[in-house]
Amino acid sequence: MPAEIYLNVAVSGLLTGLVYGLMALGLSVIFGVVRVVNFAHGEMMTLAMYLAVVLFSAFKLDPLLMMVPIAAVLFVLGYALQMGLINPFITRPEHSQFMLLVAIAIILVNGLLIVFGPDARSVQTSYAYDSFAVGPLIVDATKTYAGLAAIAVAAALFAFFRFAPLGKAIRACADNYTGALVVGLDVKRLYALTFGLGAACVGAAGAMLVLIIDVTPQLGPAYTLLAFVIVITGGLGSMPGALVGGVLIGMTEAMAGLLFTPSAKSMFAFAILVLVLLFRPQGILGKQLS
Amino acid sequence: MAVLLEIANVSKSFSGLRAVSDVTFGVPEGSIFAVIGPNGAGKTTLFNMIAGVFAPNSGTISFAGQRIDGRTPDEICRRGIGRTFQLVRPFPTLTVEDNVIVGALLRQPDVPAATKRAREVLRQLDLFDKRAQLASKLTLPDRKRLEVARALATEPRLLLLDEVMAGLRPTETDRIVEILKKINRDTGLTILLIEHVMRAVNSLASRVLVLHHGAAIAEGTPEAIVREPAVVESYLGVEAV
Amino acid sequence: MRSLLLDGVSRRVWIALGVTLAVLLIAPLIVNDYLLTILILILYFAYTAQAWNIMMGFAGQLSLGHALYVGLGAYTTAALYVHFGLSPWLGLPVAVIVSALTGACIGFLAFRFRVAGVYFAILTIAFAEFARIGFDHFGWVNGSSGLFLPVANYTQSDLWNLRGKPVMFYYVLLFFTVAALALCHALLRSRAGYFWQAIREDEEAARSLGIDTFRYKMYAVVLSAGMTSVAGVFFAFYYNNLFPEQVFSISRSVELILAPVIGGVGTLIGPIVGAFLLTGLAEVIWEFLNAFGFDPPGAKQVFYGICLLFVVVLLPDGVWPPLSRALGLAERPDAPDDKPEA
Repeated sequence: MPAEIYLNVAVSGLLTGLVYGLMALGLSVIFGVVRVVNFAHGEMMTLAMYLAVVLFSAFKLDPLLMMVPIAAVLFVLGYALQMGLINPFITRPEHSQFMLLVAIAIILVNGLLIVFGPDARSVQTSYAYDSFAVGPLIVDATKTYAGLAAIAVAAALFAFFRFAPLGKAIRACADNYTGALVVGLDVKRLYALTFGLGAACVGAAGAMLVLIIDVTPQLGPAYTLLAFVIVITGGLGSMPGALVGGVLIGMTEAMAGLLFTPSAKSMFAFAILVLVLLFRPQGILGKQLS
Repeated sequence: MAVLLEIANVSKSFSGLRAVSDVTFGVPEGSIFAVIGPNGAGKTTLFNMIAGVFAPNSGTISFAGQRIDGRTPDEICRRGIGRTFQLVRPFPTLTVEDNVIVGALLRQPDVPAATKRAREVLRQLDLFDKRAQLASKLTLPDRKRLEVARALATEPRLLLLDEVMAGLRPTETDRIVEILKKINRDTGLTILLIEHVMRAVNSLASRVLVLHHGAAIAEGTPEAIVREPAVVESYLGVEAV
Repeated sequence: MRSLLLDGVSRRVWIALGVTLAVLLIAPLIVNDYLLTILILILYFAYTAQAWNIMMGFAGQLSLGHALYVGLGAYTTAALYVHFGLSPWLGLPVAVIVSALTGACIGFLAFRFRVAGVYFAILTIAFAEFARIGFDHFGWVNGSSGLFLPVANYTQSDLWNLRGKPVMFYYVLLFFTVAALALCHALLRSRAGYFWQAIREDEEAARSLGIDTFRYKMYAVVLSAGMTSVAGVFFAFYYNNLFPEQVFSISRSVELILAPVIGGVGTLIGPIVGAFLLTGLAEVIWEFLNAFGFDPPGAKQVFYGICLLFVVVLLPDGVWPPLSRALGLAERPDAPDDKPEA
């Protein structure tokens, strides 16, 4: 095979990986601050994907433009979820929190199944088959838009946590829960905001991903797992780690699909997960565990 | 008296910070030995090295003539050293009796034998009447004694107590001091305690080692220790004023 | 010496268990075919719930990939039967060994490298997914096109080859469920049971009492994996077809843990009660929806999800601990016991 093919596949994997990274970023932000692992993450993303599908098929609204309202809807959902259900679980044991989110995941997957049925849905935009020629490379237009949008959203989130007073307050909560309480921060509200932001990330990622892959309700659990693989690979709780992990997994999947068989591609992602768990449990960019 | 536990030139640093520095002492078999010192003196680090939580950077720890430094906590317990935790860690959803049975099973052949042993220990520690309660329902003084009971049930030759009196009222402290003295007198069990509460140390220990900034600055009987100028200056002086 | 089996069980509990068992024994004579299939489903979940409960409920190791062991058990015995005509009862020990070894590998990696908590749970999912993709490409068991067992219209049940009518499967499952209960009861009162509970509650404190926690965690994983694979044998011979996509899927693993979580993690009876409640209620709701001509796929699962949510929020210890107190059947009463000393 000529070298261009590898390069093309690598670039395609990189762009898809950026969207994966954005999805995983949501998980990472939630875990980093609230210390709850969102086992309904992929399910929330399929919800966003279906929102995009409905908006497109009913009103011909482009998912890339709908990214913002969809993210807003997911934000509200995440906020409400944290306020109503998860906040009382903060002090409960890990497996108890986990079961709560599994319950939410089951309801989401099967709720979508009832409403939309088991068949795959997709969005056919006018630019679905466009591509750019960059030197010897042929880059898929859809993936390029999605990848750039993912970078933009991630950058906005970074900026929020770095510069906005609210973002700083959330970081204070993450660093020191008791300290945040002592200085009078409304930790529960900040947690809800964080969960909302994480959900918004996954909402935006879902709106982009619907351009790249078809959506079925059963995608939820698989993407929850993928988000975990990415976040653990990059470093649980590390924001740049999520993006790096996303790109790494995206490119691995793309390469494995090219070199072996597409159906075996997630095997390589799991292989990376297992190796990371065993040899660098804090992840590529995670801090050394004490 | 033979030396049961021997600490020789032990040092430990954490990311460049020296927590324990070249400490040497021996705990004679059958004695009650106390290590005291102000906060941050390295007491807990020393304790954790003996209990196997981590290995010293240099120096050796020997128990009954054999090296134990760098061994795992469970192996150290199997060799005959029982320990308590400064912040008590009972098994919360098990009953008091089951907590102690877990410890007793180390040396007892089966569960009925372990139950028998556990009940003996519970009597020694005034917990027999509370044996059917869940450990999570106990008060702090009771939990502290449960912690000692669980360690004793493993039938140790040496009992390590990590600030077992901390947070107790004087009457509770006296109660636990009496119990420990009685066990030491009756069974000859060697006890090494790390303490902050001077009242307990004075009435309990036959020998005291004073740690300060990770180094041993004095060793002797409790009466002699309080007269050492270095001790008074570094520890008692500050605390007493 | 009192027997491990009889110790610590009150007369009321014996009567309750005896009556339940008697009802279950004669049930096939009374109920129709439809109810029998539901009872089979209930027993299947009651059995797997107990097997999973050993690992999570007793030893505190959260596995989210137990479909792996069901699948290994199912595929091993089915493939041996299809290819060599080997009786499932002879395939069973092979299946148990394969699963136990797989469990041992996962346990060894996880416990040696200190992968714990949520990370451990994700590792178990990852291995189940590995198996799913692996079996998709495993030609000997027909990969993704599925492995089928020969079926005929049975007039007589062939217990040796597990070919026959549902009622035979019912009694086989009932036997395994009761055996699992007896085993769990004995285990909980054994040395391993005490050590497991200590590890579950506080691993560091357990180590300080001389417990080789690595070894006992390994025992729990190996035992749980081996026991779970027995359910796989049943699964293969009852349903007669196996697809990696279905057998190893994440939702299968999640399905397995619903009954013990709803019934009460770590209790003896809870997993069984959970299986009855969950499957029984789901069927009632399902019938109810059907009566109104509304039977979309996923409705049952949404109901499972709502049940789980309800229990997790309102009854964090599961249904059985409060229920058993209300019925006077508590496994471990809080009041001091008046048993004579041993």
